[in-house]
Amino acid sequence: MSRTQHRAPERRRPRPQPRVVSRLLTGSVLTVFVVFFVLPVLWLLLAATKTDQQLVHDSPLSIGSWHAFMANWHGLTAFQDDAILLWLRNSALYAVISLAITLCVAVPAGYALAMTEFRGRRMLLISTLVVMLMPNATLVVPLFLEINAVHLIGTMWSIILPYSFYPFGVYLTYIYFTTAVPKDLLAAARMDGCSEFGVFRHIALPLATPVIALVGFFSFVANWTNYFLPYVMLPESSQMPIQVGVGNLLSSVPSFNPAVGDVAIQRPELALATLVAITPVLVVFLFAQRFLVSGMLAGATKE
Amino acid sequence: MTLTHTSAGSAARRPRGAARQSRAGMAFVAAYVILLIAFGVLPTAYAVYFAFTDAGGTFTGISNFLTTGHDFRFMGAVSHIAVYLVFWLASLVVFVVGLALLLHRLASGTAGKALRFLYYIPGALAGAASVLVWLFMLDPTVSPVSSLLSALGFHTFGEVIAPGNLPVLFTIIAFWTGAGGWIVVMYGALNNIPTDVMEAARIDGANAWQTAWRVQIPMLRKWIVYMVILAFAGGAQLFVEPQLLSLASVGVAGRDYSLNQLTYDFAFQMNNINGAAAVSVELLVVSVSAAAVFVARSGFFDAE
Repeated sequence: MSRTQHRAPERRRPRPQPRVVSRLLTGSVLTVFVVFFVLPVLWLLLAATKTDQQLVHDSPLSIGSWHAFMANWHGLTAFQDDAILLWLRNSALYAVISLAITLCVAVPAGYALAMTEFRGRRMLLISTLVVMLMPNATLVVPLFLEINAVHLIGTMWSIILPYSFYPFGVYLTYIYFTTAVPKDLLAAARMDGCSEFGVFRHIALPLATPVIALVGFFSFVANWTNYFLPYVMLPESSQMPIQVGVGNLLSSVPSFNPAVGDVAIQRPELALATLVAITPVLVVFLFAQRFLVSGMLAGATKE
Repeated sequence: MTLTHTSAGSAARRPRGAARQSRAGMAFVAAYVILLIAFGVLPTAYAVYFAFTDAGGTFTGISNFLTTGHDFRFMGAVSHIAVYLVFWLASLVVFVVGLALLLHRLASGTAGKALRFLYYIPGALAGAASVLVWLFMLDPTVSPVSSLLSALGFHTFGEVIAPGNLPVLFTIIAFWTGAGGWIVVMYGALNNIPTDVMEAARIDGANAWQTAWRVQIPMLRKWIVYMVILAFAGGAQLFVEPQLLSLASVGVAGRDYSLNQLTYDFAFQMNNINGAAAVSVELLVVSVSAAAVFVARSGFFDAE
């Protein structure tokens, strides 16, 4: 809040050397936000290399030691016999399987909504929009009841299947095809005797690479970072994904929760666990990054 | 209306092609329709059914809504969420649009790319990870900004996470993780504004501020509305932040801060599934109708 109040009057005041002053202002605002966005991550990286004492007494941006880092790693993996590795494996399993289903389902659906006419199309489009706007977390309890009714509670399908349903992906694909791929192109292919599936497979799909990357990225991140659904569906530690797992670790840190007994986890170990939890998303982001802008643009540039 | 017309018209002209297309279209959406019914329509219907019945399945009218509404924690949770949403949406609109405009002006090439990437990094820490990071940032004993915290008058973790501060803290956490993605989106949308429009504004003598206010922001409107809709829906379902904070707060923050925590408690602590369903239904109705108002006002989905 206070930052806006700062910025607005400064921008409006008469500028003797408009170029220099506004450049400086722009630069400093952007830098302040770089600090805001990056400092916590940097701190987290360094915290994992320190002992708990160093964390409290040393300068916050000092580097610890390899020794302390390894000690933290051993302390972390010792928690419930490598539980952290198990949680990582679980997360990967859940996120990747549901990602595969999402792509197989969402891309053809978005394509069909955009490029073909069929009965119920408009109705489906509207319900996709409505469902997309529906907050998922409010459906967690009803989903629990539904999954419970078909006896899938405690199995990985209780979260993989709900994750696979990704209306936002259908909507993105739909927008992409309506705006970026000319219908004439498909009509020409049909004229040449291409089957409907052939048109999709040979014309539409190759053109859709950016949007596939985009949907894949958003869906992966959404699945990897979801907390509420697995928290409810998979209460057993051995089945938790990493998100719920690190939440579990948190309640074993004495400085946050003095009631813990022998199984204590120290703060640097928790910082390390957080790092471990985010690494896959960062890696995927690095690969998907170039599609993020180009995909977004492709969705809106062409008429 | 118009749509049915055109499709009927083309069907009359090329009956075979249209029928073939129609069949293919249905085949392409079939799997999605199954998932839509199983994980969109059915749970919603289930929630509504449970909200209006009791544990034995008898219709009870609005009694579940009354019971939960009179629960001593309900109004508290509603007002917490309302205050949080005001902070969160305001900060998102002001800072995301502002930063995207600044980036767009300054940044050509590598600098812009690097900044967008740096801003986006926390996006990877959504969910539990972002809350954990901020628990550290807000704990004066280990925080890198502990001097800032003490300048603001906070010396212990308990003081920082006092209930009155929570809407601001949750806003900071949510903004930290969510803003980068939206900045990328807004930046992309700004890139899409045709150069001749920007050129014309410059020739007409508009300065940067005027261009932003009169040309760029109006052209971003749809994206801003879209962001607000999704952020509203996301903000109303706050769960992981208060839930983890309640684990770490030595009892300062309760387990019933947000409405979703309340549904969780009704369902799994108090064994009142029907009450939980009633709260879920209320949240759904509020989120979807707010979204509907935005959509109707902005014409966001006019793409049709």
